[in-house]
Amino acid sequence: MSLPLERELEGMPLEFANHEESIKITGFWMFLVTDVLIFASLFALYAVYQGGMGGGPDPAEFFHLGPALFETLLLLTSSFTVGLSIWAMRRGQTRAMTAWLLVTLLLGAAFVVTEVSEFVADVAQGYTWHQSAFLSSFFALVGTHGAHVTFGILMALALLVQLSQRGLNAITARKLFTFSLYWHFLDVVWIFIFTVVYLGGKLT
Amino acid sequence: MQAALSYLLHTLFPPTVLRPTELGADVLILATGVIIVTVLTRQKKWGWLWREWLTTVDHKKIGVMYLIAAIAMLFRGGVDALMMRTNLALPSVHFINAEEYNEVFTTHGTIMIFFMAMPLIFALFNAIIPLMIGARDVAFPRLNAVSFWLFAFGALLFNISFVVGGSPNAGWTAYPPLTELAFNPGPGEDYYFMSLFISGIGTTITGINFLVTILRMRAPGMTLWRMPLFAWTALCTSALILFAFPPLTVALGTSLLDRLFGASFYTLGHGGMPMMYVNLFWLFGHPEVYIVVLPAFGIFSEVVATYARKPLFGYSAMVLSVIAIMVLSYGTWVHHFFTMGAGPGVNVFFGLSTMLIAIPTGVKIFNWIFTMWGGRIRLTVAMLYQLAFIPTFVVGGATGVLLATVPVDYQLHNTYFLVAHFHNTLIGGTVFGLLSGLYYWWPKMFGYKLDERQGQWAFWLFFLGFWITFGPQYLLGLQGMTRRLWTYPFGFGWHELNFISTVGAYIMGAGFLVLVYNVLWSMQHGERDLTGDPWDGRTLEWSLPSPAPEYNFARIPVVTARDAWWAMKAEGRANQVKRVRPEEVAALELPRNTGMPFFLGLGFFIMGFGLVFRWWWIGIAGIVVVLASMLWFGFDYDDKKHVHPDVIRRTEAALGRLEA
Amino acid sequence: MAQKGFRARGWWKWGALATGLLAVSLTGCGPQYVLLHPAGPVARDELNLMVLASIAMAVVIAFVLALLGYVLWRFRDRPGNPAPYRPEWTHSRWLETLWFVIPALILTVIAVPMVGQTYALAKVPPKSDPLVVDVTSLDWKWLFQYPQSGVATVNYLVIPTGRPILFELTANSPMNTFWIPALGGMEYTMSGRVLPLWLEASQPGTYWGRSGQFSGVEFEQMFFQVKAVSPAQFQAWVNQVKGQAPAMTLADFRRLESPGTVGTITYSAYPASTFPAVTHGFTLDGGMYMVMSNRPEENQPGAPMSMSSQPKASSAAHARSVAPSAGMSVQPMKMPMPSSTPMQ
Repeated sequence: MSLPLERELEGMPLEFANHEESIKITGFWMFLVTDVLIFASLFALYAVYQGGMGGGPDPAEFFHLGPALFETLLLLTSSFTVGLSIWAMRRGQTRAMTAWLLVTLLLGAAFVVTEVSEFVADVAQGYTWHQSAFLSSFFALVGTHGAHVTFGILMALALLVQLSQRGLNAITARKLFTFSLYWHFLDVVWIFIFTVVYLGGKLT
Repeated sequence: MQAALSYLLHTLFPPTVLRPTELGADVLILATGVIIVTVLTRQKKWGWLWREWLTTVDHKKIGVMYLIAAIAMLFRGGVDALMMRTNLALPSVHFINAEEYNEVFTTHGTIMIFFMAMPLIFALFNAIIPLMIGARDVAFPRLNAVSFWLFAFGALLFNISFVVGGSPNAGWTAYPPLTELAFNPGPGEDYYFMSLFISGIGTTITGINFLVTILRMRAPGMTLWRMPLFAWTALCTSALILFAFPPLTVALGTSLLDRLFGASFYTLGHGGMPMMYVNLFWLFGHPEVYIVVLPAFGIFSEVVATYARKPLFGYSAMVLSVIAIMVLSYGTWVHHFFTMGAGPGVNVFFGLSTMLIAIPTGVKIFNWIFTMWGGRIRLTVAMLYQLAFIPTFVVGGATGVLLATVPVDYQLHNTYFLVAHFHNTLIGGTVFGLLSGLYYWWPKMFGYKLDERQGQWAFWLFFLGFWITFGPQYLLGLQGMTRRLWTYPFGFGWHELNFISTVGAYIMGAGFLVLVYNVLWSMQHGERDLTGDPWDGRTLEWSLPSPAPEYNFARIPVVTARDAWWAMKAEGRANQVKRVRPEEVAALELPRNTGMPFFLGLGFFIMGFGLVFRWWWIGIAGIVVVLASMLWFGFDYDDKKHVHPDVIRRTEAALGRLEA
Repeated sequence: MAQKGFRARGWWKWGALATGLLAVSLTGCGPQYVLLHPAGPVARDELNLMVLASIAMAVVIAFVLALLGYVLWRFRDRPGNPAPYRPEWTHSRWLETLWFVIPALILTVIAVPMVGQTYALAKVPPKSDPLVVDVTSLDWKWLFQYPQSGVATVNYLVIPTGRPILFELTANSPMNTFWIPALGGMEYTMSGRVLPLWLEASQPGTYWGRSGQFSGVEFEQMFFQVKAVSPAQFQAWVNQVKGQAPAMTLADFRRLESPGTVGTITYSAYPASTFPAVTHGFTLDGGMYMVMSNRPEENQPGAPMSMSSQPKASSAAHARSVAPSAGMSVQPMKMPMPSSTPMQ
């Protein structure tokens, strides 16, 4: 097919120059819209349930800023490294691209490990989501984010295998680009979680 | 061993005695299954079924599968309705007992909204939208198949609840705390949340798919302002899905967490607030009303222009009003619970915003009428549904304004007045619209017309049956009859109108049977459509043969006007557009069939079934199948098949559309 | 041809439909149309608004039907139709503005009184001395408590005429709505919340009430009778109940809480702890809100009374005192509730 649109796109990055792949990027943005709304709904639940302590702890005694701060650091750094990976991809430096993607993945894994150990510690203290609506909404919101990060890591692993098999082409370039969109998005969500949930929780 | 067996039996067939309706359904399902398997085996059709249908990614075939599923679900939901109406025909009739009645009204509502209306809309989107905007397929053909299979397996999971374990029984809105484990320990509500969760993911993907298709895949020259109204409504519907389904997903997901994993979102204790579910549900639920009615508006806009032989009146106003409805529909959800103690300020705001929606809707009604003014109206069956729609929907809208009037709603909330109102909009709007669309586009989908005379019989039975059923229900509302009552004593004076209503329901049922007969008869004897343009249509899909070849357009047409095909015919370019010169035919890449979407759906089904019964290992196995299918999806780079130009030339020549 | 024959048949069916609908609506307006026979000021106001809105909407429906009928008759595709065929006439700014403005005007006719009514109905008429009735919906029965006199009933209500009744609604079960159609509109009963609703009976009589929100298998039994009697008779009834009926014990209440149906019951007294304590106040926009004063979950994990929006500090200060009466033990304001998962 040689639609006029395709000619306009010449000279653009690999993932946009291919009409079909650029359509997939549009589709991915639409997916992110739905994900934004998922998190918005979970935030709404959390905001309402902040007072619904039931018999459980209240936010001030429940939250520990230390691990949360560490997680923030990990995720913000990983957002930077995935940007470096895209930068390397645009310049055709495949090795740097792969390396930075690997670093991103490891930082993400460290984030997940920290979060899971935090959750495990909470449960060990007897703070389960059965205890109160507040804890239910906390675990659901932060847990959904954590599940997204985990899924992102699986995506990145699969992508690394594909990159090693096929090198950089329009399809793998698009996949890496959409992965970076996804990763930045999770970073933005985390910034909201950190400010609203952890900082906000400590302040009340 | 014996303990395990008895546990299994106990779960599958709860100690409430095996009820005759359930037994009947069991036998019916078993018999149908045996017949299907026997026929497929004897005709040696299994391979054909797998290759041609179950693995297809062709939007036209997916549309047909949606259609078949939707008609089957219409039958199931209709039988539910007749069971309810039979029970209510006279005071103290105990045709089915309270437990069965509660399951039946729940499945009726859920099936009609999620498993009948939605797939029927997607059937027409799939079958028509790409043809209408001049595209070879949707933006993401494989995800399109994923959507279908998630819907299909979600629907299957929902439907087996009736025979395995028990159906949900708390209404289609499933308000907690009635749906919490404490009050509803059976697997029914788990089925509800799980199946809607699964099919909801599919619906969200469909929304993304059609949004991108319409935004990025239109034929050259088809600007947004030249787009047919049906494409506009598909665009707005998809956007609505994008924004409405995530809150539902969260509402369903959190309810599942409550029920399966002991969270405390909506429980009575532990600070849970059922009101939050109600808010999230209607944050989805109200846009959902427009998700199902906007496509009908689009269909009517196409149908009325074609059969009045006149362009749509006030095109810009029509588009703007669709957009206005889309935006406003997010600001009205509280009108579903004016009586939940919100202050007068909140109630007034949402009452006014609801009334505001009546204005763009009114604009549309008048524009349809004035499309006919100065036209030449042909009374085909599709047009009859349109003409029936206008008064029916206006009454539905008018009673909607009554219900939006807050103090009036205090009296009418949850009465049969409300029941009549939303059936007026959902049947009068959505169902009439979809039936109109089916009669209109049937030749395009299948290559033959549905018989008009039988169609008129079905129409009149359906239309009269509708008013005989729901007209009296408005009055029952004024008599104070509340919804979801399984029976009522003699003293209220409700019996006369209920009896009339039941008679009407059976008339509608007869209409459905005639409709099915109409389809089956026309399959054999219906008039074949050899022209591709049986109604003297206005939009691009009518420039194609009926049914369209797999690649849709041998050469993508260039659009120069609104009502593109009508303009081409008016300029005398019809043959030029229809016929292609051999040298114009290029090689094509079409999406290759794949079994991945089927297995992905199957994985979700296994997961759902396992979780419903807390058989964790089955649930985990299902998740593994899901993840494996996704990996397959990610690693399958061979997703295209190349079509040689000669193949296309041969196909076009056989259709008589190749220039010598 | 066939088209023409069909057309005649079509019109006959439309006629049959109209006649049928007319016949159905003519049977209307008997006493069973409870919404059309209001027995109190709230229901009357709501009916008046309903009539106004119905008339406005009937005008719209009639106009659209007439227009549709005319267009259909004039512009049918039949040989020799003299009506002009004007396919080029596709928009008219003037007409489109008109049918934007006219519906807006009609809606304004409804909207203006709606706003006033909604605010007016939100609070008990000032300077009146309402009779307070605390309503609890249970699985599947209604419990009515009269805090001013201390008596309680199950599944029936006795109220004085000519005096506003302030119902305070809560639930100890899945949601229901409390509705006495002859007296006025409904309101939800939800556990963990107390919602106000005021109604008044103008004339003595027996009315019925029921739930409008499905609440489980015996939902049909969420029915009760309302006897409106003169104030003197009401006082006599209270005195009689106090003299003759037994007092409700906590054990009685627990029995009422457990799922099932009962007939009507009368109690001369009840433990104060069986209804959440509330304070009354008025919001700035004129609506009334209620605050539950006790927050039992602090000392009683699992108790359902928990509203996130209540100010913690107000608990003891605003606790509404239940008029003490003979045979009634005033207990600490604490909700005796089943564990949050009654089925376990």
